Amino acid sequence: MPKSSNVLETVGLFATCLVDLVRPEVGFATASLLENAGFKVDVPQSQTCCGQPLFNNGDLSGTKKIAMRFFDVFEAYDYIVVPSGSCAATVILHYPEIFEKNPTQLKRAKAIASRTYELTQFLTKVTDFETDSEFHSNCTYHDSCSGNRELGIYREPRKLLSKVNGVKLTECEESSACCGFGGTFCVKYPEISVRIAQEKVQNIERTRARTLLGGDLGCLLNIAGLLRRGNSQVQVLHLAEVLSGHGNVPGIGRSKQKLS
Amino acid sequence: MEITSQNFKDCSKTALLNEELQSALQKSRSGFVDKRKVAVDELEEFEVLRERAVSIKNHVLANLDQYLTQFENSVTQAGGKVHWASTTEQGVKIIQDICLKADAKFVTKGKSMISEEMELNQALEELGMDVVETDLGEYIIQLAEEHPSHIIAPAIHMTRNQITDLFYEHHAKYGIDERVEEVATIVNEARTVLREQFVRADVGITGSNFLVADSGSSVLVTNEGNGDLTSALPKVQIITASIEKVVPTYKDLSVFLRLLGRSATGQEMSAYTSIYSGPAQTEDMDGPDEFHVVMLDNGRSKMLAGEFWEMLRCIRCGACMNHCPVYQSVGGHAYGWVYPGPMGSVWTPLLVGLKNAANLPNACTLNGRCEEVCPVKIPLPKLLRSLRAQLFERGLVDWKSRMGLKFWAILSQHPLMYRTTIKIGAMYLKAMGRRRGSIRKLPFAGGWTDARDFPAATGGSFVSKWNSRRSS
Repeated sequence: MPKSSNVLETVGLFATCLVDLVRPEVGFATASLLENAGFKVDVPQSQTCCGQPLFNNGDLSGTKKIAMRFFDVFEAYDYIVVPSGSCAATVILHYPEIFEKNPTQLKRAKAIASRTYELTQFLTKVTDFETDSEFHSNCTYHDSCSGNRELGIYREPRKLLSKVNGVKLTECEESSACCGFGGTFCVKYPEISVRIAQEKVQNIERTRARTLLGGDLGCLLNIAGLLRRGNSQVQVLHLAEVLSGHGNVPGIGRSKQKLS
Repeated sequence: MEITSQNFKDCSKTALLNEELQSALQKSRSGFVDKRKVAVDELEEFEVLRERAVSIKNHVLANLDQYLTQFENSVTQAGGKVHWASTTEQGVKIIQDICLKADAKFVTKGKSMISEEMELNQALEELGMDVVETDLGEYIIQLAEEHPSHIIAPAIHMTRNQITDLFYEHHAKYGIDERVEEVATIVNEARTVLREQFVRADVGITGSNFLVADSGSSVLVTNEGNGDLTSALPKVQIITASIEKVVPTYKDLSVFLRLLGRSATGQEMSAYTSIYSGPAQTEDMDGPDEFHVVMLDNGRSKMLAGEFWEMLRCIRCGACMNHCPVYQSVGGHAYGWVYPGPMGSVWTPLLVGLKNAANLPNACTLNGRCEEVCPVKIPLPKLLRSLRAQLFERGLVDWKSRMGLKFWAILSQHPLMYRTTIKIGAMYLKAMGRRRGSIRKLPFAGGWTDARDFPAATGGSFVSKWNSRRSS
């Protein structure tokens, strides 16, 4: 059936394993942002992981199998949106890379890559994001490595946040420096990982912001974990939660009881 | 030099607890990064220069034999000699022979990472020669009997206090019995001591940043002027270089000189840029009688033929390590061989064997900052990933990681199993941190929870919840 302007385009939402497992709120927030922008949202049940842990640890044949599954699951959608820079970068940049010598799969990889977006890039490039959400807090932002350096994300989250009532953004020093998460790095070299995270946390605390926002749950779990251990008062939230008006919940790593 | 790269994990833990080292790293960190940023931002055409540098290097690497031959012919024409060394042993032998023939008793040296690869000092000392490093940083670590921890700032891991102690201990023999504590007085004392050495030297050995093929020149950048005194005063001059350092012309050289200083130290240019083009000519008032260039391969031509050829674009500016959170946390010695940081994590396994340095490609968060600041755009994260793929293929990954990856691969290909696992995992991670909202101690994840909490899951799998809400 040919598309006409009154047929809603469908977004396949790729939740990522961490959102799926640790913080479903980010998935719901993402979905509501997409629906408000006028898209039909589908969250395919058969989605799994993008294979990034395998790719970064050298298991290329495993990654290829997972990538081909990803194609099967998401090929039908008009767009694929991912609330994570690093998982989006895997699909957009690395899938085409690993199929360089396989023309059939390369074609699929490129086609999927051209329709896959990290959430903030989708909202700024494909939609005219407007919101009447409110979030009254002094915030600072962590630019995740993959999003920032692989996909070039920097202005997008700031532009989006400027539309939310009440958000005051204070930039932290070295906002795009690594937080020490690094996927499996954080458990392979935990001491170094924590040392790097300490640097990040110091820079965050120097801003005196009450809320740290970011677009990648991996980094946010790491930073929130260290903040929590140090009894810091800084709340950590995924950007999607604030943009969608669901920012007034206990931050990552915080319980309801603590929120008073 | 003994390769201790396999001990990276243990060495890095020790390094994190070494207070002197941490204080030295803390001081150096912002210096390099901030100064580079200012210098790069000021030069509008920096990006254009980078592109140009990449294309020059790629062209040279694709025609390396031709440019190396041209360089050799130019040097020969100027009255010098180029020596080819496939291995470090050959390189050492060549230099030993030159020194023996010159009846050398005393050798001065400028900074050279190639000579570190060859362990040259030790080899010359074994022949009974005295060797003195004349670059301040190299001189300091020579006194401390250590190796460089950074490719352009060899003693960056040391604090001023440590250097004060070192000078006090070693300079007594020159009749100096004062403890020097200020940077200026430390530098002055080193200068006083080193001046004497330059004049005495029979042979002077320096490194080389670039070799210019059409003129046969070797180019050295320094900030101390020690390179000139090391190379111009003795009767015999030896330049240690490696095959990837050649550029076609002076015009090409200018591109790299503009990138190097800015990327390395944030300087528009280093204080000295010295160009050596053969022995003293009859009309020259000064200069060496003999001019030797020792050209080391040591695995580089093999690198050129494989998937890691882009690494050979490296101009040794050190920007990658200055911007690497891992290097900045543990310093250079933990990497266990000559070259540390991101470039070293690629270079070392390729030169000393993957088995001997399997830890290094993994000691990286893949944050990509190294590639972002690399003046010749070496895709370091990609190369590190490729090394990880080789480790995986060759079975050099430990069994625990291998099992973990295997499990995840199977899970990710079986959606039903995956969904069930996520649901159980979410339930578990919720229950474990119910009260606090985060988990202080997570079984089998001590690496994570030893020093940070693991945020508790808020409940349920998103994908399952979404779909059950939609269907109801």
